[in-house]
Amino acid sequence: MADQVHFELVSPERLLFSANVGEVVIPGTEGDFAVLPGHSNLISTVRPGVIHILDNGAQVSDRIFVEGGFAEVNAGGCTVLAERAIKVSEIDRSKAEQALADAREDVQDAKNDTERNAAILAVNIAEARLNALNTSAY
Amino acid sequence: MPSLKDLKIRINSTKNTQKITSAMKMVSAAKLRRAQEQAEAARPYAERMEKVLGSLAASMAGKDNAPALLAGRGSDAVHLLVVMTSDRGLCGAFNSSITRQARKMARDLKAAGKQVKILCVGRKGRDQLKREFPQDIIGTIEDVAKPRLTFEAAAKIAVRIRDMFEAAEFDVCTIIYNKFKSAIAQIVTPQQLIPFALASANENAPTENAGVASTLYEYEPDEASILADLLPRNLSMQVYRALLENSASEQGARMTAMDNATRNAGDMINKLTINYNRTRQANITKELIEIISGAEAV
Repeated sequence: MADQVHFELVSPERLLFSANVGEVVIPGTEGDFAVLPGHSNLISTVRPGVIHILDNGAQVSDRIFVEGGFAEVNAGGCTVLAERAIKVSEIDRSKAEQALADAREDVQDAKNDTERNAAILAVNIAEARLNALNTSAY
Repeated sequence: MPSLKDLKIRINSTKNTQKITSAMKMVSAAKLRRAQEQAEAARPYAERMEKVLGSLAASMAGKDNAPALLAGRGSDAVHLLVVMTSDRGLCGAFNSSITRQARKMARDLKAAGKQVKILCVGRKGRDQLKREFPQDIIGTIEDVAKPRLTFEAAAKIAVRIRDMFEAAEFDVCTIIYNKFKSAIAQIVTPQQLIPFALASANENAPTENAGVASTLYEYEPDEASILADLLPRNLSMQVYRALLENSASEQGARMTAMDNATRNAGDMINKLTINYNRTRQANITKELIEIISGAEAV
């Protein structure tokens, strides 16, 4: 099928998503990018954010939140390797808010640079997760 | 000659042991299946990771700004051995074959004048190694697979290894685990993690290179930062993979060991039963003779 992209989302524990879709929008570290059929070969890191999966009519059919990872696009399709991923509809708002508050506290309490960097990373992930809930699909 | 009662007691206790061993065999058969499924599920991620890393590493090769995790620090004075064993025993030669390999490597390295540090994953490895290398063991990680093995647990170990590397506590890291081949055969495998040796690059170098040449990638951001992001992830993945292989091997080894034990118990019960019946028959014959000869004497 020429007008479809084969998209796979893989985590270390299992294959999360594998299907032919119309278009995928991936939150790269240097900005979101959309993968359409015939995209040039690309390897990019992924920041914490939402992957939008669009069907053939350019309607968003799935939104999946990932905590970073990296994406590979080649002639065979698009593969995202993410350590943790969850569907946006399955995010628990109170838990997400709690995680953000905890992470912010950790930044305050950090004793050294390594701890602080780890905590800041956690804040970014938690913020991105809440953002994913607050924003709707394109 | 043991009395009838002694024999009866031994038969019963052997029967009880047999019940336990056959139950353990069944439990590990179930756990083995689960462990294998988990290992299967991890394969796509590992394969893709390896592919991307292979093409990246090939393009970075020869450049002198390659990250230390990939290229090493140019010295190999201090070695870290990560010895992966199980927390529980009764699994045949599983743990001893790993510790034997670890001991051999540690001795060889010491003979070559290197410093050796040992990180034990699993109680059994520590118990067996602390006699010979009491000062070299720098830590033990227990209960990694409880209640079940997760990627998070592996990532935690990987972070610990990476922190130590960044603090310059060692130069070369090797992980020792049992690779799962079948329920009967496990292969002790030492694998070098830091500096990272591309396993597939050595085995099928020609095809690998051909693949890299035909697909040229754009990199976003640049190759070096992707590599810097990828290598820690890869480290976690390798640890996770080793843990998965190890837990499948452990269950396989235990299954085989318990199968043998059950069979041995069965043999023993048969022998004891024959012995028991003979003794009983001898007693009856003896009593009969006594009665008959008593009657004749009257």
